[in-house]
Amino acid sequence: MSISTLLAALLALTSVAYIAGRRRAVVGSASAPIRTFHSLPGYYGGYVALWCLLPALALLAIWVVVEPIVLRAAVIDSLPPELAELPEDRFGLFLADVRNLVDGNLVFGAPDPAVQAAAERYAEVRKTSRHLLLGSLLVVGVASLVFALRRVQPAMRARIKVEKAIEYLLIGASLVAILTTIGIFLSVLFEALRFFRLVSPIDFLFGLEWSPQTAIREDQVGSSGAFGAVPLFVGTLLISGIAMLVAVPVGLMSAIYLSEYAGPRMRSWAKPLLELLAGIPTVVYGYFAALWVGPALRRLGDALGLEVASESALGAGLVMGIMIIPFVSSLSDDVINAVPQSLRDGSYGLGATKSETIRQVVLPAALPGIVGAVLLAVSRAIGETMIVVMAAGLAANLSLNPLEAVTTVTVQIVTLLVGDQEFDSAKTLAAFALGLVLFLVTLALNVVALRVVRKYREQYE
Amino acid sequence: MSEPGPVKPNEPPRTRDRVAEGLRRRYMKERAFRLLGLAALLFGLGFLAIFFVTLVSNGASALLQTRILLDVELDPEVIDPEGRRDAVALETANYQQLIRDALNRLFPDVTERSERRALYRLLSPAADLEVRELVLANPALIGETRSLWLLADDDVDMLIKGNIDRDVPESERRLSDAQIGWIDALLDEGRIERKLNRYFFTSGDSRDPELAGIFGATVGSFFMLLVTLVLSFPLGVATAVYLEEFAPRNRWTDLIEVNINNLAAVPSIVFGLLGLALFINAFGLPRSAPLVGGLVLTLMTLPVIIIASRAALKAVPPSIREAALGIGASKMQTVLHHVLPLALPGMLTGTIIGMARALGESAPLLMIGMVAFIVDIPESPLDPATALPVQIFLWADSPERAFVERTSAAILVLLAFLVVMNGIAILLRKRFERRY
Amino acid sequence: MRMFRQATAEAMQPATTPRQTTAREPAPSAAPTYRTVGDHRAANPIITARDVNVYYGDKHAIQHVNLDIGLNEVIALIGPSGCGKSTFLRCLNRMNDTIESARVTGEIKLYDEDIYSKQMDVVMLRARVGMVFQKPNPFPKSIYDNVAYGPRIHGLARDRTELDEIVQKSLERAGLWNEVKDRLEEPGTGLSGGQQQRLCIARTIAVSPEVILMDEPCSALDPIATARIEDLIDELRQNYAIVIVTHSMQQAARVSQRTAYFHLGRLIEVGKTEEIFTNPRHKLTEDYITGRFG
Repeated sequence: MSISTLLAALLALTSVAYIAGRRRAVVGSASAPIRTFHSLPGYYGGYVALWCLLPALALLAIWVVVEPIVLRAAVIDSLPPELAELPEDRFGLFLADVRNLVDGNLVFGAPDPAVQAAAERYAEVRKTSRHLLLGSLLVVGVASLVFALRRVQPAMRARIKVEKAIEYLLIGASLVAILTTIGIFLSVLFEALRFFRLVSPIDFLFGLEWSPQTAIREDQVGSSGAFGAVPLFVGTLLISGIAMLVAVPVGLMSAIYLSEYAGPRMRSWAKPLLELLAGIPTVVYGYFAALWVGPALRRLGDALGLEVASESALGAGLVMGIMIIPFVSSLSDDVINAVPQSLRDGSYGLGATKSETIRQVVLPAALPGIVGAVLLAVSRAIGETMIVVMAAGLAANLSLNPLEAVTTVTVQIVTLLVGDQEFDSAKTLAAFALGLVLFLVTLALNVVALRVVRKYREQYE
Repeated sequence: MSEPGPVKPNEPPRTRDRVAEGLRRRYMKERAFRLLGLAALLFGLGFLAIFFVTLVSNGASALLQTRILLDVELDPEVIDPEGRRDAVALETANYQQLIRDALNRLFPDVTERSERRALYRLLSPAADLEVRELVLANPALIGETRSLWLLADDDVDMLIKGNIDRDVPESERRLSDAQIGWIDALLDEGRIERKLNRYFFTSGDSRDPELAGIFGATVGSFFMLLVTLVLSFPLGVATAVYLEEFAPRNRWTDLIEVNINNLAAVPSIVFGLLGLALFINAFGLPRSAPLVGGLVLTLMTLPVIIIASRAALKAVPPSIREAALGIGASKMQTVLHHVLPLALPGMLTGTIIGMARALGESAPLLMIGMVAFIVDIPESPLDPATALPVQIFLWADSPERAFVERTSAAILVLLAFLVVMNGIAILLRKRFERRY
Repeated sequence: MRMFRQATAEAMQPATTPRQTTAREPAPSAAPTYRTVGDHRAANPIITARDVNVYYGDKHAIQHVNLDIGLNEVIALIGPSGCGKSTFLRCLNRMNDTIESARVTGEIKLYDEDIYSKQMDVVMLRARVGMVFQKPNPFPKSIYDNVAYGPRIHGLARDRTELDEIVQKSLERAGLWNEVKDRLEEPGTGLSGGQQQRLCIARTIAVSPEVILMDEPCSALDPIATARIEDLIDELRQNYAIVIVTHSMQQAARVSQRTAYFHLGRLIEVGKTEEIFTNPRHKLTEDYITGRFG
């Protein structure tokens, strides 16, 4: 009996509860005629249904959490001692095999008799557990149904109670956002702390050499690989810097042209087209950078007698910059449009030309907002993954030469975590340490940028 | 300059003359600045144009696939020597032999074994499956000789499409001189043609480019978006309704608000880390499953939907709320009966745009193992799968030349989906846009 | 009340027909359909406006206006909201150019140059015809930079000393020097409303224009600040020609020598200020200044 079947049964019971509750309010009784009820009949139905559903649902949730633990204990009890004493990770694999067998998933090779036996035991215990669960769900559901039904009285203010319940539901939904942030922070922090037990944070943050691959080989001797992340930070900043050099002037000038010079007709087609750039998935940019821009730059370098790596920082940065153009331009557009017309009039009234007005009045007035926009763009560039994974290098060169291949924080996170992995090696945990740095840096940038932009908006409201 | 009337006051000629002096220079600067703006705009739009031209010119050829016309004798001796004609016999028969025989008949002078193997390699390893399909569909054909357009190998395809240079020395080419000779002979006889590439739209990934398709990835993306939609829409709308209509203004709701804004700007790869640590390692959900991908994308899409939904709720004028409250509706009734229906189109628009973004997202999916090589078409959100953008990532990494055009074509398909989704969003907005 | 309605109808009647015909194809030479009461000429004219029409799209916002702006005088433009007085003011230094749908016909001359001709440069025109706006709009720069902005863009000062001189002189003339001389580097937005408006006036006179246009310069200010600006306007009259749009008839009476009364896009009456206020000749003018509407 699967959980979804149980859920369906529960829902069926809930609808019965709704109908019963509603009916009771519709029909009324000798002592409680219909007109005396506080709320509409539907609310009484909802009231009873909620009473029926919620306790049972809570029970189901607890059961789903507790059941695997109980099952595991039951299986361990029945195992021969040599299996029960397996090391933790091997045992986990064994349990996974058992579960796969029970679920009828494909298991390669003939199942081990021990696994077979354990699987049978597992299935048996689970069957009992599910029966027990169904029974208790019914008992709880019906009991609370009856309890609620008895409370359907004219004086009971069902609407207020139901509405309160819905409100709590809404509050619960809005907590998901908070929980996500906490979840991100805790899960990344937790793994990062495990990493810092293996590698000191000082070495990580200030070390100049990064070679996690060798660390795996040295793992047996004692995990002292090279986990100095400075080359990654420098590489990230280099590529983001190139991207900003492209995106900020181009994005800003496009925004200026569109909002101050272009006629309404040009604006109506050019602006959506430019924003189309923002809708293109980053993997497409990455493909473009790796297959067209990289080689083109290399050929160009050859023609000029320069040595350009085919995965140069320049190529990745350039394409990333193009990706960020619409981001900068639409944010700047908002900011520029927020500069009050009276300032422009004041400047025109003195005889300033358009460009003088823009450069000397509009831009200085919009500066805080533009700074905020640029900060947001930087945070986006730092966190961008696909372009650099596809078009930047893997080797951690500590270099500021844009023609060389450098690697970035996000590239390393991906390379460390893609493919087979043991979860306890310093190599995989390093990815989480990098993720923590990335999260904190972008978070700080965002907080500052959003505050700057908000302050700016308030100034002209 | 002759001026009628009195002498002008306070000697302003200075202003006039000095302004006149600088005018030319200032107008040049003005023009330069304007041109700079136009150049910046054209830079962005020019890239967009290059982008699409490259993609279309590269991807269009993936729609057609080279096929070779062979006269295949459906020899009963080879297919079913025992004459059983049951399903097992027909399914396991050696169809490869039929194709080889047909090739041998075409090129009788190719006798040496290694040469013959080179000849056989002109056809895709899956060509025999096509013959099998034909026989299984109609066993009565056995014994006849049929002219069949069979799938060519990707190297042949690339040569026909002009992506293999005949002038390159033989050792650096993927096709030998002899193979090219045979291909030319087939071409002369009109036995090579490009036909619609059905594998591209109907199959999953494959190591053989001529068999690789995007259907598996598309289904994977579909399941993922389904999970995302089912979770993020109700959650997002509920959050927006609470924050906009019910929440008191205090430090807690402020915190939630700041949180949501920041969450929208957290790099997507960090969500991937969360998915890996939480859903896979802590909750034990399967790797590579669209369910996990959908969960991760839900968390990413949620802020987008919340922000859009709040904007939609804000656009509903307070007079409507006052009208409902004024006739005695409760706060909840006002919101559910009046405000929410009016705000729904805006919320849907935001949701579709969020979905479109989720569809294009790939970085977090790499973290949760959706980057595996998966041939089968997933049947449920729990089957291992990949997603369209990840498929593009995988193919972009593949060395075979034939994957270049497939990557471009897959990108075009992805962009088509995005255009359709955004188009729907725009239509929805236009249709239901209200000016209060 | 009945009289008023008649008068309005009388003023409106002739316009309706030509307005419809001119809406699509406005002919600059179309004959005026009403007569302005009083003498529109000034003794020493700097700006002469003849048969000026302004259209916003199909709307005929200014109709056949003739008016001179003379040296050493303050001319006040009064009239109810939407009567076109601000629009007319903005024609005089082509600030209407920034509004895309606006179209101006007729002839406005600064001395003998047509300001709407091709030869006239807008930048030059606005350097010669300065403008002060309704709401104080100092740039988000220091007080010094606000005043130096015009001289800088126009290249009026040869060096820093000359610029310092211009800034100081302008601030002195605007009566602001003593209040701000110790904090010239502070942002202009930090001043009080009245000070900001005087800063804007200083910014305008720093360019040494020949005419200053003021669009309700006191409407955002308190009475004390208003009084200071009015004194300032009176002083500035010695050197400039000033056109001031105002909503306050008292202000018009206090600061101006001549007054022009606009109504629904038409210049109804123009004349010496004391005559307009003591002995209006047109019924509409009388109704307005006696406060029957407006």
